[in-house]
Amino acid sequence: MANGTVALEEKSFYEESTNKYSGILSWLLTTDHKRIGLLYLVTICAFFIVGVILGILMRLELIAPGPTIMEAQTYNTLFTLHGVIMIFLFIIPGLPAIFGNFFLPLQIGAKDVAFPRLNLLSWYIYVIGAILVLISLFLPGGPIDTGWTFYIPYSVRSTTNVSLAIFAAFVLGFSSILTGLNFITTVHRMRAPGMGWFRMPLFIWSIYSTAWIQIIATPVIGITILLVIMERAFGVGIFDPALGGDPILYQHLFWIYSHPAVYIMVLPAMGVVSEIIPTFARRTIFGYKAIAFSSLAIAFVGYLVWAHHMFTSGISDTARWIFSLLTFIVALPSGVKVFNWVATMYKGSIDPKPPFLWVMSFIVLFSIGGLTGLVLGSLATDIHLHDTYFVVAHFHYVMFGGTGTIFFGALFYWFPKMFGKMYSIKWANISVALFFIAFNMLYFPKFIMGYMGMPRRYFDYLPEFTNLQVISTVGSWLMGITMIIIFANLIYSVKKGKKSPENPWGGVTLEWHTASPPPLENFHEIPTVTHEPYDFSQLEEMKHESK
Amino acid sequence: MNQSSHAPAVEQHAHRDDIGAKMGMWLFLFTELLLFGGMFLMYAYYRFQYPDQFKIAAMELSTSMGTLNTIILLTSSLTVAIAITALRKGNRFLALLNLFVTIVFALAFMVNKLFEWSAKISHGIYPGSEDILNKPNGEILFYGLYYVMTGLHGLHVIIGVVILSFMFVFIYKGSVNKDNFMKLENSGLYWHLVDLIWIFLFPLFYLIH
Repeated sequence: MANGTVALEEKSFYEESTNKYSGILSWLLTTDHKRIGLLYLVTICAFFIVGVILGILMRLELIAPGPTIMEAQTYNTLFTLHGVIMIFLFIIPGLPAIFGNFFLPLQIGAKDVAFPRLNLLSWYIYVIGAILVLISLFLPGGPIDTGWTFYIPYSVRSTTNVSLAIFAAFVLGFSSILTGLNFITTVHRMRAPGMGWFRMPLFIWSIYSTAWIQIIATPVIGITILLVIMERAFGVGIFDPALGGDPILYQHLFWIYSHPAVYIMVLPAMGVVSEIIPTFARRTIFGYKAIAFSSLAIAFVGYLVWAHHMFTSGISDTARWIFSLLTFIVALPSGVKVFNWVATMYKGSIDPKPPFLWVMSFIVLFSIGGLTGLVLGSLATDIHLHDTYFVVAHFHYVMFGGTGTIFFGALFYWFPKMFGKMYSIKWANISVALFFIAFNMLYFPKFIMGYMGMPRRYFDYLPEFTNLQVISTVGSWLMGITMIIIFANLIYSVKKGKKSPENPWGGVTLEWHTASPPPLENFHEIPTVTHEPYDFSQLEEMKHESK
Repeated sequence: MNQSSHAPAVEQHAHRDDIGAKMGMWLFLFTELLLFGGMFLMYAYYRFQYPDQFKIAAMELSTSMGTLNTIILLTSSLTVAIAITALRKGNRFLALLNLFVTIVFALAFMVNKLFEWSAKISHGIYPGSEDILNKPNGEILFYGLYYVMTGLHGLHVIIGVVILSFMFVFIYKGSVNKDNFMKLENSGLYWHLVDLIWIFLFPLFYLIH
């Protein structure tokens, strides 16, 4: 990066720090949003890998009926930890904390987020939460075995370390709230001159909507978790039917958070898709306002559909059909987005580079996940499919096929901007293709098994499911190989990759108007925005700019 | 962006945006409201299920103690507001004095609460005790909610005392001053929230018989 031809002031944020320290301390005490984004990237990827390994072990157990490599109790703790780690440590913080942190200020033309020190504190709170999860594994009592939903009454009766593990979820929620609060304030207060609300890139709209859900929903799980801990410690009685309490109330409060949390997970991914498609189709986004408002609509309606997780819990018929109706309504804004994305590509000049391929994979997998969500959202079919593998397949298609895919899409799209290096396009293409095959092998059989009646969270099964279970397990191995290829490609490229051009994809949003990797305060001077976000007529001007 | 700020150029990286700081604080207070909102929801649900037993249980709480604490907390909200206005007008001494009085009121509130709780506990009324398990379900839940909600509120009072003490030191040292009072104003906002929550807790537990 010590390029003699470039002027001396062209130092990247790697070479210049916000504090007086050097080495590791300059990272641990940094208030630079880009460095904090990278801190999140490293920690979140570490936990993602742990979650993947747990998943592969579970699949291995299921390769044959009966105990194969572990006992039932071990399996119980594995699926709980897989859920807790993937949800609270990977997918909820994933896109907002990594890419939101790194690109929110860049895309709105700001020097940093509104509260840089609070931003660093959020990362530390995340790390503390993660450490608490890890400690809960090794304390006497054993790892938590309740499933990631911590349903009452079992979560009160279980003798495993439930209290510590769910307190960790409370702490992680606090980190999430502070990040959300920071981003909302940043969007309101720090946009560059000329960047009105409708000139913001759509990724910003999605991060903004996500931040609102983080603020509105997370406190509810906070208080719910505290009450479960109180219940375990003192026997307060609020959720205990023996003392007059109501376990169903717990389910309501849990899902009042955890359903909107689904949109915390998927909205930022939709934002990234809205960035990648125009860039690689060389065409402005179709229906900018419709996409922007559909993010807000999802954030709003998504708050009102929680009880569709509880159709078989004994809630009233009136409540059931209202929640079913609302569930169908919340599918509409997602549909609006999908149609707009496809319409953007129509007559575009498509350049199928790896980020675009990830998006293609996303659209297929997410659509399958979304449509099977409607099967579960309608009352009659849900009675049959509730708590079966069908549900497992559905949410893995939405979460992993949706958000997980775009996690990689975003990584491959912004990698040159973050590190100033380029990865191997060939291996990236291979990994997308392998991912798509492995994913469908791994999860599609679960739709069929669920439809046939295979319940979720069982470590044993009837012999007739064997073939489908084996296909799924082999899929999990292929998925493991794909992950190795992805991370090997990226890590190798960070160290030894070729230097990337400033704007390898020809993007026009503000992050492409500065150096790769960007300088410490992002721009030499705060840019003035004169174009719509996806106006590709800027590309020619930008070439002259960089000369 | 706050381009016209006259903040001294000591730290170049730090930018100052008072409106942004206040907006962040309001968002945080909003999450606090939702945290307690979950509890109020539970209170409403169980009160609806066990109206008579809630009434009987509420009779056992001392209305006069509750009233005293309400007066203390309301007055402390006044003194913190005076402290902010005094600082803005440049009267540092008056600001420090009122902040000190606020902290004293907060501690008085907690002492009062301590007496109240220990009286209940010495009568065997606390979650999981033998006496309480012999009571009907509605009363168990009333006291469960009473301890959890006033306990969580008390925790917020303690956090408030810590924050206000820091503000006292900052004003004393001069880093929070006439031109840079946002930290104090945000602390005041937090303190008003603590007060506001109590204003709802008070009638729900002490007044509705």
